[in-house]
Amino acid sequence: MKFAALLLPLLLFAGAAFAQPATPDAPLQFRDAAEEARFHALASELRCVMCQNQSLADSNAQIARDLRGEILQLMRRGQSDAQIEQFLVARYGEFVLYKPRVEAGTWLLWFGPALILLAGAFVVVGIVRRRSRATIANDEPQEW
Amino acid sequence: MKLSRWLPLAIFLALGLLLAAGVWMSRNPDREALPSPLIGKPAPDFALPSLHEPQRTITLRELRGQPFVLNVWASWCVECRVEHPVLTRFAETRRVRVIGYDWQDERADALRWLEQFGNPFWVVVADADGKAAIDWGVYGAPETFLVDRAGVIRWKHVGPLDDGIIANELLPALQRAEASR
Repeated sequence: MKFAALLLPLLLFAGAAFAQPATPDAPLQFRDAAEEARFHALASELRCVMCQNQSLADSNAQIARDLRGEILQLMRRGQSDAQIEQFLVARYGEFVLYKPRVEAGTWLLWFGPALILLAGAFVVVGIVRRRSRATIANDEPQEW
Repeated sequence: MKLSRWLPLAIFLALGLLLAAGVWMSRNPDREALPSPLIGKPAPDFALPSLHEPQRTITLRELRGQPFVLNVWASWCVECRVEHPVLTRFAETRRVRVIGYDWQDERADALRWLEQFGNPFWVVVADADGKAAIDWGVYGAPETFLVDRAGVIRWKHVGPLDDGIIANELLPALQRAEASR
């Protein structure tokens, strides 16, 4: 019991420490769980332009906060995910998309790994064929 | 047989070359600056209050007719202070109008900052909530845009300007913008 009494204030302080980063700016208010889920799915697919290895959902940078507010507003105006992505791409460039679009400039990026795999397959097939031919050639005198 | 013996070395050398190319390509100190998709496109319109006369609204349309440089700054921005003497020297040449864009700032702080360090700007617009700056793709201060007389963005720099960037990038871009029409 004494132990619990000691632990309680510690737990309270822990809660305060975790809540702190969210307080300087009011957190976004969602209307319902569906809106919140859609917002988080969208924001985690977009890169923060300031701290480039964080998603828009994770980042604490001021610009990320502003853009999160902007995204929520656009969502409430009835824009689709693709329209919102286009809104950001038009202003900040393709870089904001974690998943680059499939277009002429990104073909190598999308299909390059498949090409390398294909090249590897050709090499393996070539080696197997040469070896099998070599063993047949070796076998020939013995068979005759 | 001889050839396949050298193959691992060849692959190793190829990988080494790839690494060297990567290092070479990252030599640019501004490599983290995003290339703006707005270059070559009409500058997004804005209607923002003047910092010095808040009741007066300044629109992009008013600024057209001659090229101008738009410098995004704020009183809280440390790098802007580093850039300030460079920008002041450039503005004093009167080569082109330099417009200040006070971004996400408190008016009193911004006015005090200009009083303390000097005001190099032709006019300063105040974007307190940073909404209009999103249309310009602004994501930090300082950022500097060059807009030609038709209102098309010709050049952008993210981060503080220095004399080299002005001489080697901004001025040639301005010359090209002036020569093209």
